[in-house]
Parts: sequence; structure tokens; C-alpha cells
Amino acid sequence: MTTENAFTFHGDVFVALPEHALWWPRRKALLVADLHLEKASSYAQRGQFLPPYDSLQALGQLEDLVQRLGAQEFWCLGDSFHDPQAAMRLLPDVRARLQRLTSGLFWVWVTGNHDPSVDAALGGVSMSEMMLDQFTLRHEADPTESRPELSGHFHPKLRLMVRGQAINRRCFACGGGKLILPSFGPLTGGLDVTDPAIARLLGEEGQALVPTQSGLRRYPIGALSF
Amino acid sequence: MLEAERDGVHALLIAPTGAGKTLAGFLPTLASLARGERRGLHTVYVSPLKALSVDVSRNLMAPIAEMGLDIRVETRTGDTASHKKARQRVAPPDILLTTPESLSLLLSYPEAGAMFEHLRTVIIDEIHAFAPTKRGDLLSLALARLQRLAPNLRRVGLSATVADEAGHARWLAPGSDDASVRLVRGEPGAPPQIDILVPKSRIPWGGHTARHAVPAIYDLIQRHRVTLVFTNTRANAERLFQDLWSANSESLPIALHHGSLAAEQRRRVEAAMSSGSLRAVVATASLDLGLDWGDIDLVIQVGAPKGASRLLQRIGRANHRLDEPSRAVLIPGNRFEYLESMAARDAALAADLDGEPFRPGGLDVLAQHVMGLACAEPFEPDDLFDEIRTATPYGHLRRADFDDTLEFIESGGYSLRAYDRFRRLVRMPDGRYRVSHPRLIQQHRLNAGVILDAPMLEVKVGRRSLGRVEESFAEQLTPGDTFLFAGRVLEFERLEKTTLYARPSFKPEPMVPAYLGGRLPLSANLADRVRRFLAEPAAWRRFPEEVQEWLEMQRRVSVLPEADGLLVETFPRRRKHYMVAYCFEGRAAHQTLGLLLTRRMERLGLAPLGFVANDYALAVWSLYRVENPEPLFSPDILHDELNQWLARSALLKRSFRDVAVISGLVERQHPGLRKTGRQLTISSDLIYDVLRQHEPDHLLLRATWADARGRLTDIDRLAAFLERMQGHIRPKPLSRVSPLAVPILLEIGQERIEGSAEEVLLAEAERLMREATR
Repeated sequence: MTTENAFTFHGDVFVALPEHALWWPRRKALLVADLHLEKASSYAQRGQFLPPYDSLQALGQLEDLVQRLGAQEFWCLGDSFHDPQAAMRLLPDVRARLQRLTSGLFWVWVTGNHDPSVDAALGGVSMSEMMLDQFTLRHEADPTESRPELSGHFHPKLRLMVRGQAINRRCFACGGGKLILPSFGPLTGGLDVTDPAIARLLGEEGQALVPTQSGLRRYPIGALSF
Repeated sequence: MLEAERDGVHALLIAPTGAGKTLAGFLPTLASLARGERRGLHTVYVSPLKALSVDVSRNLMAPIAEMGLDIRVETRTGDTASHKKARQRVAPPDILLTTPESLSLLLSYPEAGAMFEHLRTVIIDEIHAFAPTKRGDLLSLALARLQRLAPNLRRVGLSATVADEAGHARWLAPGSDDASVRLVRGEPGAPPQIDILVPKSRIPWGGHTARHAVPAIYDLIQRHRVTLVFTNTRANAERLFQDLWSANSESLPIALHHGSLAAEQRRRVEAAMSSGSLRAVVATASLDLGLDWGDIDLVIQVGAPKGASRLLQRIGRANHRLDEPSRAVLIPGNRFEYLESMAARDAALAADLDGEPFRPGGLDVLAQHVMGLACAEPFEPDDLFDEIRTATPYGHLRRADFDDTLEFIESGGYSLRAYDRFRRLVRMPDGRYRVSHPRLIQQHRLNAGVILDAPMLEVKVGRRSLGRVEESFAEQLTPGDTFLFAGRVLEFERLEKTTLYARPSFKPEPMVPAYLGGRLPLSANLADRVRRFLAEPAAWRRFPEEVQEWLEMQRRVSVLPEADGLLVETFPRRRKHYMVAYCFEGRAAHQTLGLLLTRRMERLGLAPLGFVANDYALAVWSLYRVENPEPLFSPDILHDELNQWLARSALLKRSFRDVAVISGLVERQHPGLRKTGRQLTISSDLIYDVLRQHEPDHLLLRATWADARGRLTDIDRLAAFLERMQGHIRPKPLSRVSPLAVPILLEIGQERIEGSAEEVLLAEAERLMREATR
């Protein structure tokens, strides 16, 4: 399954995972964006009691991925926490499991607009952006960036109507030297990949990428929004 | 009615449409007020429609003025200005006309106690439209609270003729005690005159639009003063309206009225109707309820009527005088619809009405109600539980479910107790509960309400708004597609947030709108009658020749379905194998059965390819022949395949979306910022996935299952049917298609394929786009 969804991006091979994460085989690195941990409890503070399982679920999926792929590096591309106080609201055992996970490999929190800083006690290193081989990693794509760039922030999503059937799922978006990851958090909604905010960044070659059981599907964004 | 008032008992007035029911309901109130018995708010009137309250208010003013009474009548609905609402709370009128949602909101204010303390009467109009719905649940709970605030309150229900009078009396009565309700029956009125029209004795094999009958319909319109033409779906109304205009050689004023049109446009049509400047209106269920306006002397029902009660209600729109018969003409769209029209006519003339199933009240509605009461004042759980059990839909509410509801409101009701420090309710030293923060009260009032519209998009041509369509319909369109809307052909341009932009098109033939607005289920009563028609050739002499020949041919080529057996035909056609089952249980039940059957056929290696359902039959086609249908129609299919399928289907997500909003889990509205339906969809679907995975037994998921089962799938009807048919399945292998099977096969191609094939579709879309952009 991991090789079927492989693709080349600026000289390196990546694998788009159906779990909404990106696998970088050469570095044995896992990348995810927009975990939005403790989004549910953030709403609960205002009296809206969403199911308090979002962090638990995200964490379980991360643990599985790390173990299954034997990851040695882990990059969170920002908005890992839904708000600046989110880390303090983690339930004790979730917090302990997260600490265990971050201490088992090289872990980097790239900071985002929702989480300008990350609680050091959780482990891992925190930075606002990073140059890695030929790539730049950051939370929100920078239109002036000249190097190939991996980012998150936009929660891209594909909406299709095929034979009367509506399809609606998270996707990767790439083009113009940029690869934007889908959001990982269980309670995070999305932005249509044809939205000008995304499409503008990717240029005319922009594509939506969707991993499936039978291989990677690619959709030219221009054709989606005609 | 006056007698019931004198005796101080609750009353249920049952009378046909047009018998002056509403005024009769108000008579005791007016008499009492005339006697000078007034201490604040005297009577509350609740109707299902905002527009109805406005009409009633207008109609009440006349007798009040004639009698020279000084009585203040005011309406209170979602449209009432907030300063007026605030004034009504401190200085209420004598008579308040409102809707269940507005009444429920009133009860969330601390002033409610003082406001309703001296309430004498509550009048519930069109009670039959409320009883088996979630709005009915909310209203019933509100009645329980009113009764507590004003123990001597008299409840008065007004109802059209219904099959289950005792059931409605029980629904109305406090504590389900129907003995406390006096039944008052209105004069039955002259029996209606109902004809079935088969123009030139031609009747199509399939379809529902009755396009063949357009000249005949036009002819009828010409020969009557004012004609009301009912269709079953909005799409059919649009189509017929257009066809009538093409046929309109005399340029008669004909208008269109359905629930998707802009409110302002509908009001204009209604006004034109009552001023007598229209000759005909093509309408859908949007005109089923409401007061009489205009001098209608003919009702035409195009397509099958689907239920005897509905037919009578529609016929009642004509001729609001009891001494003359109402006149109606039924125009079936195909041969099965002919049988159904005949069945409906017989049932209507025999006053054999359809029963509506009553069901237990929803827990999501209960959560909303309890939070509302908490906003008004602190409550004591035991007292509240007793009060709620006096509302009939909650008469059997278990204490455990009530406690779960409280916990849900308090802190979400999750077994992982993560939100204890954010409690919405806090327990006071005396054991009562109160709301923890005033902000939550404001939030509740903004979110409360039970009618949930499917997300709708506004349709605009340039800057002009024409009305609204379901989001799901808009999603199917691609730019350049043409569709019928508001009586004209439009070309789809683009979607922008919650607006669909279109431009006028000059193409005469639009792509037919697939939107299902107002598709009605076939009542069990009519289904039974149609089944009996088929089984009794002696009854066929009343049918037109073409229908008789059709049935005779069926008898020769295959067999006729028996009244108490299930005929299952199998035949090959174009290298596929077809199986047609004549169940007569309505489209919704057949649809569910089709989904389940194909799953089971898959398991048995029969390679099913698709299915189609209508109100009368189900057709499935597959690569391999079904040798023995018996195991396919076994009742265990409802256990094995149903739960699997339901758990994965979009059906539950749709129900959850409603439950999440009604219960207050998801906000409908923030102060100053209304969420669009689209945003709502995303978040509630995501919540559903998380909740189902981690806490499948949560209160809201229980409410969701109840909602989905009751609402869409007709599971109970299907279960009873399969049970009944055990040992009565009649397989009939044929070498080719039978006459009875033709109508259902004509519907093939109109069904959507189901979700399991999503990955295949993704691949197909990619291929198509690659070709298109190469």
C-alpha cells in the first residue's frame, strides 16, 4: 500500500498515505499537518461538548503510523494544537503517551497560527520553519518562497460529483513548487482545493492528489473548477 | 365546544377542512372574554405555519369588531420584532397566536411563570400535522409545562378527519388520559365528487408526469372558475406549469406555488388567488395546509394521491361550503397509478383514512426542552421527570434515559469525564439544577428550534432572487446544465457560497430537475387496496379497457400477485437476469429492501448489478440467475445486513446532523453570525465519526438511530411484511419481461449508485478529466 501511492516531488520520492499523512522514504520521515489537538475541549470551554476523543484518536493513529513505517523523523507542520492552552488540557494519560512518542524519534513541532509556541515538556524541538535538503518546511505556504516547499494550514479537500454521487475527502495539493498536506485532526473541516486561496498558490499546474487502495489519483485543479 | 368549556374538559374537534373549525375553537374564548373574564393572557393558539397565525389573526378581527369587543390579539413568530416580543412578555395580549418553536422559546424566559399563570385555554390547530413529528414532541413538552404553570388550563385540539381519533385524543391529553378529552365531531358535509380522468382512454406504461393529459387539464381549467392543480413533487409541478403555459392559447392567468419559491413570490400568488384574479394554481404540498382563500371550484390531482387522508385534505381546498360537494379529478400518470387512484377514490368515499404511527418522543428534543426550562428557572430533577412523563410522547420515558439527558446537558454525557469543569448546569445546595453562565442562556435561545431545513441555496438570476433549492440538487449541476425553476428554464452558471447563479435559457427542453422536493410515501391503506384490486379480476370491469387488457395479459403471460402472497418474477433480458418482487410497501421500504437484497446476493455469489424501486415493486438485476428467491426474502436480512449497512450509510449521518443541532451539541447560530448549512455538514459528520468510534452507545447516537429508523427507512413496515410473507413467496420464472414489470423497468436509470463504489468513481473521474484536459 505504501508504494502504490508514491509520487516524485522535486527530485525526491514521497508517499501520500490514506491516513492523511506524508511518508518520505529516503529520510524515513513522517510528516503531518494541522493536528489541532484538543479542538473538542476548546469548544467545551464555551459550552459546546464535542466528543472529547479527538486527541486520543489522533495520537493512536500517529503511534500506529510510526510503528508500521519504522519512522525515524517526525515533522508536524503547524497548528498541532488548537489553541495556546490546548497542551495544558491534554488528559494525563494522553499527555504521557504523547511524551513517549516524541522521545522515541527525532520530533519537530513546526509552529503555526493556532500554536505560536509549543510546551517544551511535551518533548521534541520547536521551530517556525526549517530547510531540509532541497526543501523548506513551514506551516503556511509562502508565495515568495523560491525553494520547493512542504506546508499545511489550508486543510485542502476534494469535492467531486461523479454520476450523481457526491465525493468529499481530504487531499494533498501540489503545484508551483509547493506541496500542501491535508489536515490530520479528526475534527478538522476543510477548504475546497479549488478555492482561490489554494489555487492561486499552486499556479496553472495545480493538482489535487488522493491516495486510494488502488493507487494515487490526480486531478488538475483547473479541470475541477471549470 | 361551548359545552366542553362549561364542563371544563379538554376537547378535540374533528371536522373536515372548511367547516369553520378554527373559529369554533375560538368561540369559547371570545365568549369568556366578552363576559369580562380576563386576567392577563387568556388563550394561546398554536399552528404549524407562521402564515396561518397571520391569517387567523385577520379572520378573528372581523367577529371581534362585529361583537364590539375590546380584545387584543397578537401574533408571535420568528418574524416578530424583538421589542414587540419583549413587550409581550411583560404585557401579554388577551390572545396570542404562535408556533411550537416560539412557544417553546417563551418558556425559556424567567417571565414565563407570571405570563402563563392565568392562561385558560390553549388551542392547537391542525393537530394531525403535529402529532407524529419532532415538532409535535416539542409542542407536547411545552403543553406539559403550561399545564404546570396553569393547572386549570384547558387544551383544545382542532383536527381534520383522522383515522385514529383516540390516538390523537391521547396525544392531546395530559398524562395520556384520553378519557379527559371530549371528542366533538363536526358536520360531515356532503361527500365529495371524485372522478378519474383517462383522456381518450390512453394511459402510459410508466412515468408520473401525466404529460399526455395536459390538453385535458387545460380544458378543465377553462371550464371552471378557479382550479387548484396538485402534483406530488416540485419537479412535476414545474414541468406541468410549463406545459400548461405552452398550451395556454387563451392566455389564462395560471400561477405556480411550491415550497422552493421565494416567500414573497408565494405570498403574491396567494393574494392573487384570494382576490379572484387567477384561474388556476399548480401547487405541491405547500398548499396542503392553510386557510381558505379564493373561490376554488375544482381540485385536480396529477399523479397518484399516495394516501386517502391526503387526498381528502387536498379535495377540501375546493368549495368551502358544507352543503355542496367538493369536486375533484384524479389524473394518474401510469397504469399502476390508475389502480392507486381508484383505490384512493374508494377509500376517500368510504372515509377509510390512513393511520399515522405514533412513536416515542426524541431524546434530542427532550434535551433542548430541558435546557430551555433551565434557562427560565432552576429545576428539581424528580419533579421535572414527573412533568415530562405527562407529555404523551414521553409517557414511557425511562428514568435512565432522562438521567442520561441531564448528563448530556450538564457536561456532554461522555463516559470519559473530560468536561466536568465546564459544566453547563450546576447543582445547588437544595438539589435543584441551574444554568452555570448567562452566556449559555443566550446561546440556547439562538439555537433552539426543531424544524431543520435541508441546507438550501438561494437561486438568483442577476441580482434577483427566485427562491431556494436543496444543496444536494445544486451539487449535481455543472455549468451549462439547464433546469426548470420558478416556471422557467434556467442555465446554471456557478455556485458562490450559498447562492446559485443562473441565467435565463432559451432551450425549450431543460435537463429535468432531479430534485425530489416533496416526494410522498404510499400509505399502507392504499397499498392494501391496490393489492386487493389485482387479486380480484371481478373488480376490473370498472377500469378502462387499456388497464383491463394490461392485467389480462399479465394473467396470461405470468400470474397475478395474490392479496396475501409475494409474487417474485425472474426473467433474462439482454444477458442480465432480472428479479421483480411485487411487495406494495412503498418506495422507501423497497429502497431499503433493495440495498439489503443486493448485499445478500453479493454474499451468495449472484453478482448483483443494480436495483430500482417504486411504490409497488422492486427490481434487481444480476449476472447470475436467482434460482430460489426464498432465502433472499427472509426476515433475518433485517438483522444481518441491515445493521451493517445502516452503520455505514449516509442516512445516519444525515439524521445525526439534525440530532446534533436539535440537542444543542452543534450550534446553529452564533450571535451575529449564522453558520451556513455547508459548514454544519462538515463538522457534524466529523463528530459523528469520532463519536461512533469511541462511544457508540452515546445518547445522541441512540437518538440518531431512532430518528433514522423512523424517518426514512420504513424498517418496521418492511419487517412486518417479510414476517407475513414467510411461506407465501410465489416464485415465477419467465422467459421474458411480464406486463406488470414494465412500469418498474422503465424507471431504471433514475437511481443513484451507492457509496461502496466510491473508489471506482474516483478512478473514473480521474480518467475523464485526463481525457478532457489532454
